[in-house]
Amino acid sequence: MSWFAGLLGPWRGFAVTLRQMFRPKVTTQYPEEKRVKPQRFHGRHVLNRYPDGMEKCIGCELCAGVCPARCIYVRGADNPPEDPVSPGERFGYVYEINMLRCIFCALCVEACPTEAITMTHLFEMSVTSREDAIYTKDELLVEPDGTPRHPQPEGPLVDLDELRRGHGWLRATAPSGRAAYEGIVAWTPSATYGEPPPERGQAGVTDETDGES
Amino acid sequence: MTGVLLAAVKVAVAFGFLMGTVIVLVWAERRIVAFMQNRHGPNRAGPAGILQTAADGLKLFFKESMTPRKAEFALYIAAPVLAVVPALLVFAVIPVGAPITIGGVTYTLQVTDLDVGVLYVLAVSSLGVYAVTLAGWSSGSKYPLLGSVRAAAQMISYEAALGLALVPVIMFTGTTSLAEIVEAQGGTFGGGLPAWNLVLVPSFVIFLIAGFAETNRAPFDLVEAEQEIVGGYHTEYSGMRFAFFFLAEYINVFNMAALTTVFFLGGWHGPRFGPPAVEMALPVVWFLAKTWAIVFLFIWVRATLPRVRYDQLMAFGWKRLIPVSLVWIFLSMVAIGVRRFGLPWA
Repeated sequence: MSWFAGLLGPWRGFAVTLRQMFRPKVTTQYPEEKRVKPQRFHGRHVLNRYPDGMEKCIGCELCAGVCPARCIYVRGADNPPEDPVSPGERFGYVYEINMLRCIFCALCVEACPTEAITMTHLFEMSVTSREDAIYTKDELLVEPDGTPRHPQPEGPLVDLDELRRGHGWLRATAPSGRAAYEGIVAWTPSATYGEPPPERGQAGVTDETDGES
Repeated sequence: MTGVLLAAVKVAVAFGFLMGTVIVLVWAERRIVAFMQNRHGPNRAGPAGILQTAADGLKLFFKESMTPRKAEFALYIAAPVLAVVPALLVFAVIPVGAPITIGGVTYTLQVTDLDVGVLYVLAVSSLGVYAVTLAGWSSGSKYPLLGSVRAAAQMISYEAALGLALVPVIMFTGTTSLAEIVEAQGGTFGGGLPAWNLVLVPSFVIFLIAGFAETNRAPFDLVEAEQEIVGGYHTEYSGMRFAFFFLAEYINVFNMAALTTVFFLGGWHGPRFGPPAVEMALPVVWFLAKTWAIVFLFIWVRATLPRVRYDQLMAFGWKRLIPVSLVWIFLSMVAIGVRRFGLPWA
């Protein structure tokens, strides 16, 4: 009966297409439903604060120096003694990132000595003029309670709630895989919603619970 | 005077019906193909995206119509019109339902019935080749020319098979009027099977395959094989002029499905029951159901089969379809003769 199977062969494709009609769709209906982004997704930057509201940035310009796209502009200034902005000697007086030039490589995050600049899961940043694409300190710096600011209003496209979960932030260096960091979160505390959880490879974290806080 | 008025109303209704059909057809095709590819397809404009075609049409309406510098302007403008007009004309002779009687007057549900309906359909649908050829030639560009040469060769080749497939139907029903062909398919064979011309299976299959080729649909869509010759004959067209070709293509698909229904699937025949109003509307429902089933087949084939090579297309047309049609005509001729006159030795 192999000749019979051979005869049917060309027609089996029709069964395939008909069967696929009733399979679930692979397309994500984007603005309504969003896929869970990878934990280390490189979205737009934020400038963080300590839990007491002090800015982490000390105006050292290492991020600007390491930036391969030359899209960061930083100017430091001495802290006013009576009302310091950051715990250190200096603070980031001007901080601008040109998002049109940024290649989202996160080298600035790696370079930052105080973990002041991190990346988030926000990527909806479309603008209607080139000037708007330059994010100034007003837009980059989080609120004293850790809420990220966004030039676009919060809505179906800009889901700030996503950031309030612990895994909405990109860590500068990975504590995973280093024995000295076993069981501890190698991360300076931030004013943010929820502490970033321990990562894969640390005590008690398996692939199943990865990134869930 | 009432005759003219009636004709005008029929033409207007048929035109509106075809436009609405195309809107649904394009949407249905995109949705079904998408579903078969595990996608959603257009689902934003209106409920389930049904207004997508209307939105696209509106967009095309406001688009600039470009004209290539080397184009032969008069023919370049005439080609889209030449594509749409035959497509609309073919529908004029298709009976979409049983004649209805209102107040003692019987109205036929077709724009006009011609005694030579089959010949008319074949002749008018052949005019579509002119549109394609002229569009390709008058564009003054190489890809449209290649596409139109392909299209002309393909459509002429498969027209032969298309016409030959209808010969047994004409012999079997003994008429060339579409209304009478449908009429002849009423009743049943021995109380069981409906007496459709579907019993002429080889004719049905040949007609369907040739129909795919005539309407330039996959797997015979190498007239507009995107990977080789961009858009084919309508590469240089934009705006409403392009929309006309698009419209003609989809009207042709619907026409071909409707003709398949008329010739082989018993047209509007089907069980009729219920109160008079329902009973009067049912034939139209049966006709549309059968036609859309064939349309679904068109879409299904498009989502399943890859495009054939040009030499395969020609070899299949001339070396397979036409000889098979001729043999089948001979066989059915013998069978019909025996049925009517008895065995020659009896």
